[in-house]
Amino acid sequence: MGPAWQPGAQPGEPRRLSSKCAFMTACQTGSSEPRDRGRQKHPNPTQPPTSTNTYNAKMEVLLGITGKDFTLIAASKAAMRGATILKAADDKTRQLNKHTLMAFSGEAGDTVQFAEYIQANAQLYSMRNETDLSPSALAHFVRGELASSLRSRKPYNVNLLLGGVDPITHKPSLYWLDYLASLAPVPYAAHGYAQYYCLSILDKHHQPDIALERGMELLTLCADELKRRLPIDFKGLVVKAVTKDGIIDMPFDDDRIVKSA
Amino acid sequence: MVGKDCVAIACDLRLGLQALTVSNNFPKIFQYGDHVFLGLTGLATDVSTVSDLFRYKVNMYRLREERHIAPRTFANLVSSSLYERRFGPYFVSPVVAGLEPKTGKPFICGFDSIGCIDFAKDFIVSGTATEQLFGMCESLWEPDLGPDALFETISQALLNAVDRDALSGWGAHVYIIEKNKVTKRLLKGRQD
Repeated sequence: MGPAWQPGAQPGEPRRLSSKCAFMTACQTGSSEPRDRGRQKHPNPTQPPTSTNTYNAKMEVLLGITGKDFTLIAASKAAMRGATILKAADDKTRQLNKHTLMAFSGEAGDTVQFAEYIQANAQLYSMRNETDLSPSALAHFVRGELASSLRSRKPYNVNLLLGGVDPITHKPSLYWLDYLASLAPVPYAAHGYAQYYCLSILDKHHQPDIALERGMELLTLCADELKRRLPIDFKGLVVKAVTKDGIIDMPFDDDRIVKSA
Repeated sequence: MVGKDCVAIACDLRLGLQALTVSNNFPKIFQYGDHVFLGLTGLATDVSTVSDLFRYKVNMYRLREERHIAPRTFANLVSSSLYERRFGPYFVSPVVAGLEPKTGKPFICGFDSIGCIDFAKDFIVSGTATEQLFGMCESLWEPDLGPDALFETISQALLNAVDRDALSGWGAHVYIIEKNKVTKRLLKGRQD
């Protein structure tokens, strides 16, 4: 049994923990064992972990754009391992609740494990309280989890974008989170090498009051530049839009031919 | 920065990864009572973690003592909390600014990342533009500045220092703390 069980609690019985839910604690203890295999023992938060996957992680594309009444999230479709593309239709996003979507990149096993742990807790909260957490509340919850992981024996190596639309005010929001658990609310964001190409394009072209169509145009502009400049094929983008009505899969033309500069 | 019966604290708004700017709306000053302010520079994740930690500790203090925390008490809390992490520190250099509740005297101090307090009667600087800030403050600051003159002094010192530093700037927040008034001003600053 893991260390997080409360003393005196009977295994197999429902537990009431003071602030965090029993399910959350159970999730964490349950998952900690298989993640121990052959990884660095002494995390040093000043230096990025020197994993063999550092290059891959930076090659993965995550993009986010907010507009007047929507948040667009795009993620590259390639699942990479070393020099190999294992899958060309990977979806690096998880829906946390009706109005919030999270995209993730980083070390292979960590990403999905962490994202689904967050997803499960967001959904548990919605079921227990019959209310969804707002995108801002979720972003701070995720930061808390990532920050406590950062100073644990083996931190999660996950970069995230969290996009949402507030269920009450309908205000769109986008949160940028990296594996050090730095949290920043931003109008547009990217992760990995994509930052260097896309942020400058969005600096020039983004306005806070743009419509969804214009958002898709900006995304195409970014995708074209990535195809032109990134040394490997990231197999196109999965694009999803968060609006007040929920999360929509957006059609996106991955086969556009881009002339190199 | 200390003035006559008033004190000022200011920060820039940049969040970056080395040379890459991620956000230009990341305030680094936090309020922990009517006249108690904390500025945090350093690793962004620890800025958030440490500010949240002190919000918790100060709330607990207020419930236990049924009064607001005094700046000097808060400074000692910051120091001991940072030294708790002596061999695995939070990578932050905090600055505390406030007015003593009984006397109304200005109080400022700075810390290193493991909690060594640096008391000062003029100004405290911290962050990537430390050297530039020292130069600006040494030349602009003088004793017994009034609130308006203090605002001008701290703003000019900050803006001109960060313009000579590639890793900071992109707007600023300035707080002027007086006995019965706290004024927060947002400065635009250079956006390039």
